[in-house]
Amino acid sequence: MDAIRVENITRAFGKGQAPAVDGVSFTVGEGELFGLIGPDGAGKTTLFRILITLLLPDAGHASVGGHDVVRDYQKIRSTVGYMPGKFSLYTDLTVEENLHFFASVFNTKVSDHYALIRDLYEQIKPFKDRRAGKLSGGMKQKLALCCALIHRPTALFLDEPTTGVDPVSRKEFWDMLGRLRAEGITILVSTPYMDEAARCDRIALIQQGRILSVDTPAGLRAGYPHPLYAVGGAPMPALLQQLAHHPQAVSSYAFGEWAHAAFTADPGAAALQGYLRDAGLAAASVQPTDATIEDCFMDLMKRN
Amino acid sequence: MEQPIIQADKLTKRFGDFVATDAITFDVARGEIFGFLGANGAGKTTAMRMLCGLSTPSSGRAHVAGFDVATHPEDVKQNIGYMSQKFSLYENLTVAENITFFGGIYGLRNPVLRDKREQLLARLELEHAADKRVGSLPLGWKQKLAFSVAILHDPKIVFLDEPTGGVDPFTRRQFWNLLYSAAGQGITVFVTTHYMDEAEYCHRVSIMVDGRMAALDTPRRLKETYGAASMDDVFYTLARGAQRGE
Amino acid sequence: MSFIPWRAVRNGVNNTNTVTDMQQLALFIRKEFIHVLRDRRTLLILFGMPVMQILIFGFALSNEVKNARLVVVDHGRDLATAALIARLDASRYFEVEQVALSPPALEATFRRGEVKVAVVFPARFYEQWQHGRDVAVQVIADASDPNTATTLTQYVSAIVYDHATEQREAQALPYGLRVETRMLYNPQLEGAPNYVPGVMALVLMLVCVMMTAVSIVREKETGTLEVLLVSPFRPVLVIVAKAVPYLILSLVNVGTILVLSTTVLHVPVQGNVLLLLAESILFITTCLALGIFISVQTSSQQVAMLISLMGMLLPTILFSGFMFPIENMPVPLQVIAHAVPAKWYYIIVKAIMIKGLGIAAVWKETLVLAGMTAGWLFISVKRFNIRLA
Repeated sequence: MDAIRVENITRAFGKGQAPAVDGVSFTVGEGELFGLIGPDGAGKTTLFRILITLLLPDAGHASVGGHDVVRDYQKIRSTVGYMPGKFSLYTDLTVEENLHFFASVFNTKVSDHYALIRDLYEQIKPFKDRRAGKLSGGMKQKLALCCALIHRPTALFLDEPTTGVDPVSRKEFWDMLGRLRAEGITILVSTPYMDEAARCDRIALIQQGRILSVDTPAGLRAGYPHPLYAVGGAPMPALLQQLAHHPQAVSSYAFGEWAHAAFTADPGAAALQGYLRDAGLAAASVQPTDATIEDCFMDLMKRN
Repeated sequence: MEQPIIQADKLTKRFGDFVATDAITFDVARGEIFGFLGANGAGKTTAMRMLCGLSTPSSGRAHVAGFDVATHPEDVKQNIGYMSQKFSLYENLTVAENITFFGGIYGLRNPVLRDKREQLLARLELEHAADKRVGSLPLGWKQKLAFSVAILHDPKIVFLDEPTGGVDPFTRRQFWNLLYSAAGQGITVFVTTHYMDEAEYCHRVSIMVDGRMAALDTPRRLKETYGAASMDDVFYTLARGAQRGE
Repeated sequence: MSFIPWRAVRNGVNNTNTVTDMQQLALFIRKEFIHVLRDRRTLLILFGMPVMQILIFGFALSNEVKNARLVVVDHGRDLATAALIARLDASRYFEVEQVALSPPALEATFRRGEVKVAVVFPARFYEQWQHGRDVAVQVIADASDPNTATTLTQYVSAIVYDHATEQREAQALPYGLRVETRMLYNPQLEGAPNYVPGVMALVLMLVCVMMTAVSIVREKETGTLEVLLVSPFRPVLVIVAKAVPYLILSLVNVGTILVLSTTVLHVPVQGNVLLLLAESILFITTCLALGIFISVQTSSQQVAMLISLMGMLLPTILFSGFMFPIENMPVPLQVIAHAVPAKWYYIIVKAIMIKGLGIAAVWKETLVLAGMTAGWLFISVKRFNIRLA
């Protein structure tokens, strides 16, 4: 059975507005770590709120753990864990008070599933008498996750948990998600950071309310339709300009210190180098490269 | 050699016992794109506030656009632009109204203001949206508009606090094109980001750890120094050992 | 479908039982108390406000005048004037000073501001009165301060009429026309008794409506309400848990006001205290329902606060009748006043507290208030969404 099933879900806010979520379908398997990846305003939060029964869809069906999100919302609410995008703890309660409060709200005790949150909670335990508002960003996030896990949910919904978080803390957070996945908890997580996609079992790329693609990260990258070269060693603006003028050019974008150039047909590394040399960019180095998730996202965005 | 546009000398800010920014020393040249990186809570925001003249240093000195931030903060403010992810424009004012308002704050008057407004709208291809509320624009447009408004008064330096958070990959690149063209006009760009690929686009990058400046160099030399394949790895190597959070 | 009836909710969840429900509720209520007790600003508003208001309304804004200098110009110099002067002097409002001034000299003292009120007895006062002729006591007041002038002349008239009535009764004279003008319930014409019920309505309105609305909206803002909704915890219980602490705190406030009223303002509860408390609980419930209603309609704390102040407090001050008499208002405003819960509560409290009346005198008002409470409670609980938007 699929842990999460989404079929043609559509939801608009207000008449005449473009739908925030537009005919979205995908499934998430039992125990899968599934990433919903797209920029702000793509419809991630709306979709999350429909799945955790906080919003009603205008059309389509969805189920979580086999329960319909509209009809059986009470059953879903007692079995899922949810961490909204914004900070969702009581800042005037202490760490411990927050944890106990959320445990009781979910009809459980902190001790019941302590094993699940032990690793996480041990890190913030030294501050258990501190008010949640006085915690550092990273610790707040850990506490929020503890609170979302306290009743050992079968499915965990994390809405942009890493937005605005520095790369080191993001890595730590994803390591933690990997451990929860090993516990058999289904995790649906959304993020605007494309580089985090690699940490998921499968991902859905979402843009303007529509799913661009659903695949494994490796499958998505392998499915990139164009020959792709990484070009470096010359000033970026000049490189991009020359690459865009190549007769077979599809696109050329800056990726860090490299420019990624896609072509309709493979020009060959030597020929491409020659083309750039003729254009006065003799120092440019050219090598074939694999597409990143971001290459795929931009390619799909352009085609849609 | 030309005088650096930003000069920080042992710039320090203490809050009680807590040293938020610990004696950082660095220069930024005119027209440079300077990446200011660090983990959450490393002291970036505090340092940026001091450089913008919003907060007085506890010790040390900093000159921005030739003015001492401690003694002449108003002169500093007149010469800088500022944009953050959280607040940039008034959502319930139209595009044109925002431009007029922020231009007015920096002392721009008609007809200069009108010319600037027309140029800006043309450059961003937003002429058709001049009378739309900013709140109704897509995020990417808002960010580009916010940046253009921040440099409307031709500041010597523009400070950008995570300007591209949550923006789609296309817009992110378009945004960086705007930064390059601003730098090309001689505007110094001082930018923080959590996207490590963007760190590679900077001329030089500094990485703050626990209030101190742990590294400062070009992205290429940083990668060589730390034997890393990407700026992501450099950042991870340096910031992993950080003791304090936000 | 925005509201699931109680029974449907119970059947929908199989792992709850009454005991854990109650424990959950208790924990939730405890949490609400922590919110209140840890926030100094809330605490100050909550407990400082009633005290401040009682003292401000009771003393500072009172139009009661004490020990005013009263000049008597006695042209009669007989038994009747002597008795009246003694009576005026005995009251704590006046310090009587007898002078023999000509009218121009009297006017000069007024001009110099040395005196606020003067009483002039005509010559042959007793004789004329005795014979049932029309006799007038002239009361002159400095009306540059109209409020004080009105108050002072009223005091003087009341004392004079009182005296006249007593004299008539003692001598068994056939006309008892002025008996009805005695000041009932507030013989001293004190200001405080009118303010105490008004302040009670005001304070309860502020505490219950504003605090409840703000506390629910705050959870919307911080995102915690989302998490609560996505839990097996019943939305109805969220409302109950939010309401109970403010109900209790409001009762504490009622108690504070009554104690202050009795000890500081010397306005004790004439009627049944338990009845007064019961009526207060009814009114508090109305306010809580209104607070929940506001919280449902708004999504930011500032807006909730603004609506509470403009939409609830202002009508309470304007239309409850304790600042501006409703009878003097144009008909449309009187109609609006009928819709203001505080108006009914004010009438009830005045009846019980000042007049010492029982439920028999206020059952109609109680019924109106109960109807309003039920209506608002129904609307706000129905509107309280189990989902967002």
